[in-house]
Amino acid sequence: MAVGEVMRMEVPTGGDLTVSSPDLHVLAVDDSIVDRKVIERLLRISSCKVTTVESGTRALQYLGLDGNTGDSDLKDLKVNLIVTDYSMPGLTGYDLLKKIKESSTFREIPVVIMSSENILTRIEQCLKEGAEDFLLKPVKLADVKRIKQLIMRNEAEDHRTLSHSNKRKLGEDVDTSPSSSHDYSSVKDFPSSKRMKSESDIFSPFI
Amino acid sequence: MNTVVAKLQRQFQDYLVSLYQQGFLDNQFTELRKLQDEGTPDFVAEVVSLFFDDCSKLINSMSRSLERPENVDFKQVDSGVHQLKGSSSSVGARRVKNVCISFKECCDVQNREGCLRCLQQVDYEYKMLKTKLQDLFNLEQQIVQAGGAIPQVNIN
Repeated sequence: MAVGEVMRMEVPTGGDLTVSSPDLHVLAVDDSIVDRKVIERLLRISSCKVTTVESGTRALQYLGLDGNTGDSDLKDLKVNLIVTDYSMPGLTGYDLLKKIKESSTFREIPVVIMSSENILTRIEQCLKEGAEDFLLKPVKLADVKRIKQLIMRNEAEDHRTLSHSNKRKLGEDVDTSPSSSHDYSSVKDFPSSKRMKSESDIFSPFI
Repeated sequence: MNTVVAKLQRQFQDYLVSLYQQGFLDNQFTELRKLQDEGTPDFVAEVVSLFFDDCSKLINSMSRSLERPENVDFKQVDSGVHQLKGSSSSVGARRVKNVCISFKECCDVQNREGCLRCLQQVDYEYKMLKTKLQDLFNLEQQIVQAGGAIPQVNIN
């Protein structure tokens, strides 16, 4: 399969055919200690490195987006994905999403929003602002696995489009501007996670 | 020895199934159990422990907000209910979650009496669940101590 080919970036010399994929570093943001524990485990089990923080403000501090130089002692790994709760006191997940997408340094980082409420306008608002996906709580292992696959696939595409300069522009448009050219009228017909799946299919023309 | 383990496993399985059947737990609890393995045998116990601490803390603060009839901070109560509903949903604490749904409705219409009733109910339910799960974890521990493996239980 095309994905398998791209992911085989390091072939072990021992002849082992197991494909090893680089670990994603995920920043998980949630004000609930219970949810932080659960999402951390879900991500760890899915072979991701995880950093959890309890607020949007803390997340910005961690990334160094709060005007300070950032937690350089904590930030030893580049963040590949941000998963954030929507309803949080202070900075909401939506506010955090906006700040990330407004930043030239961090706007490429995919952001996934989690919410216990299945509110269509909320989902649309987040997608419009550039969220990669929207997960309905309680989050399950299948949700995390799907997100990971989506992110890994996008990262693999980025690697591929880097070597094909004329395709690169199209690749960027597909990956980072989900809101610009897609019709959301179909949104009403699907429950959030299913609809997300069909949209991610649209975003991967090279596979 | 084998029959001791088998008996304990059977007991564990029956007890767990009964918790689902009586509506204490829902599918999310099953999802949490999937995340536990030999390397992390206390994961579920740790998560529910955090949940029960959360319950206690939130119930206390909501109780304070509801205390004086002439000065109820419904916004604070609503926030507490929202948090409680969220965490109960995340661990599969079905009865607690369902009380939160009624609780929110009372909050929305600023019904203090209704809120107080729901508060009492949510307190009862979380404590009941805590006892039930403690019994479940004790069975788990007995199985492990007897050299057995915790059964994967399929809930239909």
